[in-house]
Amino acid sequence: MARSNKPIVWGPFAAGGTLTAFLTPALILLTLLAALGHAPDLLAYERLHAVASHWLAKLVIVGIVFLSLWSAAHRLRITLYDLGMRADALVATVVYLIAVAGTLAAIVYLLRI
Amino acid sequence: MSERVVELEVLRYNPETDSEPHFQRYSVSCEEEWVVLDALNKIKETIDPTLSYRWSCHMAVCGSCGMMVNGEPKLACKAFLRTFDGVIRVEPLAHFPIERDLVTVIDDFVMKLKRVKPYLIPKQDKPVSEGEYLQTPAELKKYKQYTLCINCMLCYAACPEYGLIPNYIGPAAIALAHRYNQDSRDGGRDERQEEIAATEGVWDCSFVGACSEVCPEHVDPAGAIQQVKIKSMVDWYKEHLMPWVKK
Ligand code: SF4
Repeated sequence: MARSNKPIVWGPFAAGGTLTAFLTPALILLTLLAALGHAPDLLAYERLHAVASHWLAKLVIVGIVFLSLWSAAHRLRITLYDLGMRADALVATVVYLIAVAGTLAAIVYLLRI
Repeated sequence: MSERVVELEVLRYNPETDSEPHFQRYSVSCEEEWVVLDALNKIKETIDPTLSYRWSCHMAVCGSCGMMVNGEPKLACKAFLRTFDGVIRVEPLAHFPIERDLVTVIDDFVMKLKRVKPYLIPKQDKPVSEGEYLQTPAELKKYKQYTLCINCMLCYAACPEYGLIPNYIGPAAIALAHRYNQDSRDGGRDERQEEIAATEGVWDCSFVGACSEVCPEHVDPAGAIQQVKIKSMVDWYKEHLMPWVKK
């Protein structure tokens, strides 16, 4: 039997899953704090905006956004399959395209900074 | 020792006379500390000698008495009657064809097990005169957990992917392949990868994790499968993106 090419899509999924497991809870906490007006100075909007204007930071942010979106897209694809949607190729194309579109949007907004 | 009457609803199927499986109710007086297997044995001895099921050791070692108890895959010798209320429903292991009553046809699993070559394939053969293949405790620890599998197939009955995709190689076979791949004396990983790194291998797993939950020996096949996924991914990237790196 031939070895599968699934690692192409699974690699970013696993990486994104690991990232979101650590980052998402921190993000939720920070958003809550910010909403309550208690965001630590270091993470104030102006400072983060300044950080994001560096090209290296932009690269890192794009990486994180892509991996997180890809991970969610892949999870959704598998979940839909498990729920009985057998049009896997179609589902895969749609969800992966959404992840790519989100990443492109992030790139566009970051380039505007 | 106290006794109580236990009601069991057992799936019956005789391919010679029945067109379809059906349930049969038995009331049998059981000791408080009995397991489902004891109840079945008592039914067979005192009520209905035609009831068929597999069992052998009665101590969770042989792996023969796997069946669905109230819808969950369990070893009948480890399923204590006192943990169930009301009528206990006993069915053959899910996802396997029924041969007769609680006996299933397990050929599919046995074939898959063979395909992953679950035996040591030494890196290089050496004559007996050169002595044993030595191994440190740390090297042993890498795979010991996966040697505990008793081939009971509870994980296959629990796995929804196996139910959906009959060609999926499945938890125990992959865990066993991983057991030999992790063994410092073994050199057969490449051959096993042909099976377990295929689409029908680890990539049909969506990490439901039910296999590890039902495993009576705590093998954690789901963990093995995820480790194989990571290793197969590294293989893939090496092969396709860094072809100059030797395997
Ligand atoms: S991995 Fe566990 S549940 Fe699966 S066959 Fe082996 S012992 Fe049974």
